[in-house]
Amino acid sequence: MEVAAVILPLVGAIIAGLYGRFIGDRGAELVTCALMLLAAVLSVVIFFDVALGGGERHTELFSWIVSGSLEASWAVKIDTLSAVMLLVVNCISALIHIYSIGYMHHDRSIPRFFSYLSLFTFFMLMLVSADNFVQMFFGWEGVGLASYLLIGFWYDRASANAAAIKAFVVNRVGDFGFALGIFGVFMLFDAVSFETVFAAVPEKSGTLIDFLGLQFDALTILCILLFIGAMGKSAQLLLHTWLPDAMEGPTPVSALIHAATMVTAGVFMVCRLSPMFEYAPDALMLVTVVGASTAFFAATVGLVQNDIKRVIAYSTCSQLGYMFFAAGVSAYGAAMFHLFTHAFFKALLFLGAGSVIHAMSGEQDMRRMGGLWRLVPWTYALMWIGSLALAGVFPFAGYFSKDIILESAWAAHSGVGTYAFLLGIVSAFMTAFYSWRLLFMTFHGPSRADRHTLEHAHESPWVMLAPLVVLAIGAVGAGWIAYDWFVGEGREGFWRESILVLGHDIIEEAHHAPGWVVLAPTVMGLAGIALAYVMYMLMPGLPGALATALRPVYLFLLNKWYFDELYDFLFVFPAQRLGRLFWREGDVGVIDRFGPDGIAAASIRLARRASALQTGYLYHYAFAMLIGVVMLITWYLFVQAR
Amino acid sequence: MTSFPLLLSSITFVPLFGALFILLINGEAVQVANNARWVALWTSLAALALSLIVWFGFDRGSAEFQFVERWEWMADFGIVYQMGVDGISMPFVLLSTVLTPICVLASWDAIQTRVKEYMISFLVLETMMVGTFCALDFVAFYVFFEGVLIPMFLIIGIWGGPRRVYSAFKFFLYTLTGSVLMLVAILAMYVNAGTTDIVALLDHPFPPQLQIWLWLAFFASFAVKMPMWPVHTWLPDAHVEAPTAGSVILAGVLLKMGGYGFLRFSLPMLPYASDIFTPLVFTLSVVAVIYTSLVALAQEDMKKLIAYSSVAHMGFVTAGLFTATEQGLSGGMFQMLSHGIVSAALFLCVGVVYDRMHSREIATYGGLVYRMPVYAAVFMLFAMASIGLPGTSGFVGEFLVMVGAFQASTWLAALITTGIILGAAYMLWLYRRVIFGPLEKEELKGILDLSPREVAVFAPLVLLVLWMGLYPSSFTQVYDASIVNLLEDYRLALQNEPGFSLAGAFGR
Repeated sequence: MEVAAVILPLVGAIIAGLYGRFIGDRGAELVTCALMLLAAVLSVVIFFDVALGGGERHTELFSWIVSGSLEASWAVKIDTLSAVMLLVVNCISALIHIYSIGYMHHDRSIPRFFSYLSLFTFFMLMLVSADNFVQMFFGWEGVGLASYLLIGFWYDRASANAAAIKAFVVNRVGDFGFALGIFGVFMLFDAVSFETVFAAVPEKSGTLIDFLGLQFDALTILCILLFIGAMGKSAQLLLHTWLPDAMEGPTPVSALIHAATMVTAGVFMVCRLSPMFEYAPDALMLVTVVGASTAFFAATVGLVQNDIKRVIAYSTCSQLGYMFFAAGVSAYGAAMFHLFTHAFFKALLFLGAGSVIHAMSGEQDMRRMGGLWRLVPWTYALMWIGSLALAGVFPFAGYFSKDIILESAWAAHSGVGTYAFLLGIVSAFMTAFYSWRLLFMTFHGPSRADRHTLEHAHESPWVMLAPLVVLAIGAVGAGWIAYDWFVGEGREGFWRESILVLGHDIIEEAHHAPGWVVLAPTVMGLAGIALAYVMYMLMPGLPGALATALRPVYLFLLNKWYFDELYDFLFVFPAQRLGRLFWREGDVGVIDRFGPDGIAAASIRLARRASALQTGYLYHYAFAMLIGVVMLITWYLFVQAR
Repeated sequence: MTSFPLLLSSITFVPLFGALFILLINGEAVQVANNARWVALWTSLAALALSLIVWFGFDRGSAEFQFVERWEWMADFGIVYQMGVDGISMPFVLLSTVLTPICVLASWDAIQTRVKEYMISFLVLETMMVGTFCALDFVAFYVFFEGVLIPMFLIIGIWGGPRRVYSAFKFFLYTLTGSVLMLVAILAMYVNAGTTDIVALLDHPFPPQLQIWLWLAFFASFAVKMPMWPVHTWLPDAHVEAPTAGSVILAGVLLKMGGYGFLRFSLPMLPYASDIFTPLVFTLSVVAVIYTSLVALAQEDMKKLIAYSSVAHMGFVTAGLFTATEQGLSGGMFQMLSHGIVSAALFLCVGVVYDRMHSREIATYGGLVYRMPVYAAVFMLFAMASIGLPGTSGFVGEFLVMVGAFQASTWLAALITTGIILGAAYMLWLYRRVIFGPLEKEELKGILDLSPREVAVFAPLVLLVLWMGLYPSSFTQVYDASIVNLLEDYRLALQNEPGFSLAGAFGR
């Protein structure tokens, strides 16, 4: 069953991809959606059986890479952690598949789109069901491939192609760290399967390893390398630049990337590797700092973006930061909880935004929207639900998960924990602000769209709205339903061995946080909403005035802290220049000039000189012979004389 | 072992007989060309069928040479004619026999002048390639190894592009220079050991000081063949000017001769020297990976880009082989096989559009996906295999090499792993400019997708790439025993000579 839940999307992808031409658009849609729904149903069953019933399963399919003591198999391993991911990935993906039937209605290559979507899901499932590092890496890279294909789905757009390449290459930078981490794990443990490695971690604790000529604590450096991979995939600070550009893909793709697949992989990885990270406290501190900084950074950028999808994209980046710092303070359950609830409301927000874009004939700039709520009332109501959940307002899903994360950060009572707590609180304020800025700019106030677009504006068809409604139910209910399992009283029976926490249980302490800590996120959230109301409803001139008054700050945020420019300057341009230099100057200028061409030219010169000697005049030759004879005799005499 | 006598010699010389047969064909020009094509195809398929017997009959648990044939040849000098394969050479025999029929098919329409001579060259080339990997005597090995140059020189020089003569000579002189030094080394070995029998030489302990010089001489030859930086500059020129099938063989098989040489001679016969020069090989490998990847990023010619990427991929191979770890060696082997398939396929991909548009300039193309969806999918698969995406053959080799490299030196691992980032950058950048983007150029609007013949060319390669990527065990099993055996001997040899150092060797 668990194998079927993983393989079915692949089957769908292959059928739609290879035979799309024969079964047609409708056939491809039906096949992939049916298989995805089946997989989703199976994963619900698996979730109840494994996570709640305690029936871990582990199926080895066949061996993959075997070389000496390195043995990696294709396997499907389902414990609570994988079961949660399976549930999230398959359910959200199935809903997105159905939604796409409506959204991609006008597209020219529907089978290809559905094939890619299913393939994306499949790779993510391989990632979460791996029982060894190498299969995880397979899923990891495969997700990168699928995102490349989907972001660049509209391949006639130069910007989409650029974004696709950027996503792949930036992810590869992260994979560079991940790969090195795997090599290090193999060197240290002589194994790549999770079970063997985790069992051996305690005895290897404190081992030193030589990395790049320096001595490091082995587990710390390995965890940091692996975390670099997570940073790439989950778009954490420094490796986040691909995520906003990924908005070039069709909106369902954005929803899939942001809610269910891809970006959650990094969080999942840190939780999966908790038995390693727990023995590397310094690495966990780094995770906390990076997570908290990303939460803050992305929220600031989200404040000023005008593209509706980019606002939501930066919000994902920021929410992932929350998940990471939760994991960083050892509150893995809280991190997974937020991942779980976030999947629902982020998918809801993206698909809702897609519904708006669909209604507006492809317009994504919020400055050309406004007053839409009458035209798309369903979408409007659903976006409200999503935003309430994102901002963490009681009793929506985000309230439960964000609260427990912030309380855990506070309860860590460490320097980095406090840093995370403070930035998290500030970010909660900004999150609420930009969410309602989005709502107000899109749905309220006077319309700024042109007449033609408005005439065509219409509510989306049911095939798009129905998945939204399901997601909205999740965004409302997922928090209090799952609270007990993930972080409440039942958490130990729920997670069992899939997560390891050393020392004191941080979530237990988080439950005893003082009242002001519990209240702070809600207060900040409501304050953010209020500020957005003031700025965009009561005094619509204020944002413009502020942007003018604080122009440098505004530009700094609008340009995303100039990371793209910085990277272009530091890496992209030098790489291109170096490549040209090595080619023109190195290969052609030095190696060829002094190597083959130089020798060839020199031998031609030599040959010319030699042939110049052959004049054809008899007396020249006779003279040369004479000289030779004289030299020979001279030499002979000298030798004799000695 | 098998009831089929002289199996390896048959595989080696069947193509030569085919070539002789083609030589005898006479008649009308069109008819001759057509017959030559068919004869070449059937002959190469026959060789493939014979080599499959080896593949299936090969005992995977043994590190010994199998299917051995041995006759006295020049008895007074202790020179024998001896053929045989072990796990290291057998896959390369298969690689040669698989790629040759594909090359013949790929040249079916592309070559219209001197078809007869072209096919003869290819069949002779196949004989030489298979012979190189089967020969177990240095004299025969050297003859085959050098013999490869002649048909290749002709293929580039006669059927190549505008600068073919320059490229052909550059190719020839570069490789010949290296080989001459190897000849000297072989003579020195003969003088020292009194035999040219490779099996005997594998057990012969060469004195350490001699090893240094022998190693350097071999290195000169293999490094050029590989090619390693900085003696790689013949490769881009040769590839650019060679006809498609020439590039396929060049990248698919000829480059592997260097790696095969390291595995067959340098490491097992000269362990001390190999150990001493490991840092040199590592350095050159890292430079090759980073330098040529950056150069590939700047290319405007499709073939040149893939040629430079070959140099980078071969950098992985040399690094892996000299890590002297099981994963490194296994990875190096696998990477060679995988690259043999993938780079061959990529050159064929270029050939497909070159046949239609007669341009290799990247800028000529763009938006091909609209007219050529099947081609785009095939090209994508091979591009991903070149990038080393897990699930394709490219990943397994690179991954194992890097695992081995990490054990040898973390610096090596860290630097060589940057290759996976740069590799993604140049390959995707190439793909984007050729396949994606709007279809704006008038002359491209009538371009046709793959013909059935081209599909037949790509289909086996697609299958191989996926098979090698998803279930590599069926390939690693073939050579695992040989590699383990090689490593054991290598480590034993190093243990027996403690305190040996480079300074001692040169300082007399």
